[in-house]
Amino acid sequence: MLKLQNVSTCYGKIQALDDVTVEVKKGEIVSLIGANGAGKSTLLMTVCGDPRLASGSIEYMGEDISRKKTSEIMRSGIAIVPEGRRVFSRLTVEENLHMGGFFTEPSEFDKTLKHVYELFPRLKERQSQRSGTMSGGEQQMLAIGRAMMSRPKLLFLDEPSLGLAPLIIKQIFDIIEHLRDEGMTIFLVEQNANQALRLADRGYVLENGRIVLQDTGEALLTNENVRKAYLGG
Amino acid sequence: MINKQGFTNGIIAAVVLLILSALLMGVQLANEGTGLVVKLKHAESLTLIAVGAVIVFLFQLFRQPIMGTIGMAKGALPAMPVLPDLKQNPKLKNLLMAFGLAALLIWPFTASRGAIDLATLTLIYIMLGLGLNIVVGLAGLLDLGYVGFYAVGAYTYALLSSYFGLSFWVCLPIAGLMAAFFGFILGFPVLRLRGDYLAIVTLGFGEIIRIMLNNMTELTGGPNGISQIAKPTLFGLEFNRKLKEGGDGLFHEFFGLAYSGTYKVIFLYILAVLLVVLTLFVINRLLRMPIGRAWEALREDEIACRSLGLNPTVIKLTAFTIGAAFAGFAGSFFAARQGFISPESFIFIESAIILAIVVLGGMGSQLGIILAAIVMTVLPELAREFQEYRMLMFGLLMVFMMIWRPQGLLPMKRPHMEMRSQ
Repeated sequence: MLKLQNVSTCYGKIQALDDVTVEVKKGEIVSLIGANGAGKSTLLMTVCGDPRLASGSIEYMGEDISRKKTSEIMRSGIAIVPEGRRVFSRLTVEENLHMGGFFTEPSEFDKTLKHVYELFPRLKERQSQRSGTMSGGEQQMLAIGRAMMSRPKLLFLDEPSLGLAPLIIKQIFDIIEHLRDEGMTIFLVEQNANQALRLADRGYVLENGRIVLQDTGEALLTNENVRKAYLGG
Repeated sequence: MINKQGFTNGIIAAVVLLILSALLMGVQLANEGTGLVVKLKHAESLTLIAVGAVIVFLFQLFRQPIMGTIGMAKGALPAMPVLPDLKQNPKLKNLLMAFGLAALLIWPFTASRGAIDLATLTLIYIMLGLGLNIVVGLAGLLDLGYVGFYAVGAYTYALLSSYFGLSFWVCLPIAGLMAAFFGFILGFPVLRLRGDYLAIVTLGFGEIIRIMLNNMTELTGGPNGISQIAKPTLFGLEFNRKLKEGGDGLFHEFFGLAYSGTYKVIFLYILAVLLVVLTLFVINRLLRMPIGRAWEALREDEIACRSLGLNPTVIKLTAFTIGAAFAGFAGSFFAARQGFISPESFIFIESAIILAIVVLGGMGSQLGIILAAIVMTVLPELAREFQEYRMLMFGLLMVFMMIWRPQGLLPMKRPHMEMRSQ
């Protein structure tokens, strides 16, 4: 579904991604783990077209999207739950969801909204509350719900566990799994390697802008080096 | 009650005050022969300075008890009146609005000419405030050159009227379109800037328009401005004493009334009311459309907007262009009302006042803006007696506002969370 081939990205003179090749197949959860500053978020953003890649190619549904505008890419069935949630804090929950469905067909809109409320009953309860006044977990649910509103085929999640309590993290990961079971393809970027790999069909390890390991989620969980570096021995 | 820190603070504050005021108020430059000499002022002002220093010292010394009393007094102040929730009751809302509008339209027949004139000016500022609110309050783009679009609107009408004899009614939409066009042209290159940088560029743009109008003497009359701009007519009926050449008819003759200058003033006032109502209607419509929500979303988080496939530049551009259009409408009405415009009407202070209206009213809140526009135009009029202390009072008011209600008079409301039993 998504294929990055030999992608390099630079911020000025600093190379953030170096010859990265990653593939996400339809219906999979693929996890990308790595330390702070390894280039995980940069990888996601490069797919979204900002920053532009310096070399290589990005193929989505058999089409090269590496030269497309961000707004076009984000309307072509890819949605991202950005790092740090980034909900529109002074807008209500429902208004946030409306923004998510900005380009959704009006005929599909109500159905999608209902589906999101079914996934997150908590959001339904709080639909007219300002999103900035909700807890971190609820905001994360809203950020996922907002991304779902565009009816994506491929969902990027950038550190959905950031700053959340373990119990909430479990809920969030349950929902991610549920989304996969509904047929969504998911590309998950996480520092929380344990949870992310347990969920993943396949995983990649990014270090200093390079992919150093790739395998099934299970195999990575038991891999000696990964255990040492990311799972605390 | 009196502590050591208060004492030190008092000494420092008093010394600072002495140094500053002694230089600013205590000495005077005087001519002596061909040169200037520094002289001490007479005893009176020196005594005043000393008294001031003592007051400052005492205030710092007893700061805690004083602030405590003020805090208690603040708690005792009545809370802002809570408006009944009209959203729940659309019938009541419509009824109230109809009554309000009727009152607004009947009022001028009982009021003095000066009061009507002031009300008309206030309405112009309301229109400007509502327009700028789209840009600053909703889309979150700090525009310090809004007066530039106001000037474009005013000059569009003045020039079209004096060169081609076009009527106000034809020029009103043209003025709006022209201002919108200028908003678009300016917005295109600058809207990739953010925050302070955008503010600086728009500030410059406002000045460029004014200076251009000042220097294009042949077209705009430069600093002399354009005078004898035609007043608006009622379906061709003029409000003058005598018919102009080629005019269709006179208002007072048509209705068989004795001539009075008040008719014109009332007509302009009613026109302004209708323009404001139209502005409110259009903006409320826009707010309910996805574009209105997109403006607000953009103010909240640009990156999140991009992640949803929105193009921030396009959204900003619509806000900028539509905001400018309302300034154009207001400008053409202003030119028609004044009958005379010059670049001096469009200085930076005007932008600052309009921005103050938006901030004072509570960013994004339309009712707040109407209230703030009234405060900002009527208060200076009422305080005319205080003359040069007027601006001082004004500043003081703003400072108190920031302490008392930092979100503005009537901040934009959203339904609060509804607790539901689970």
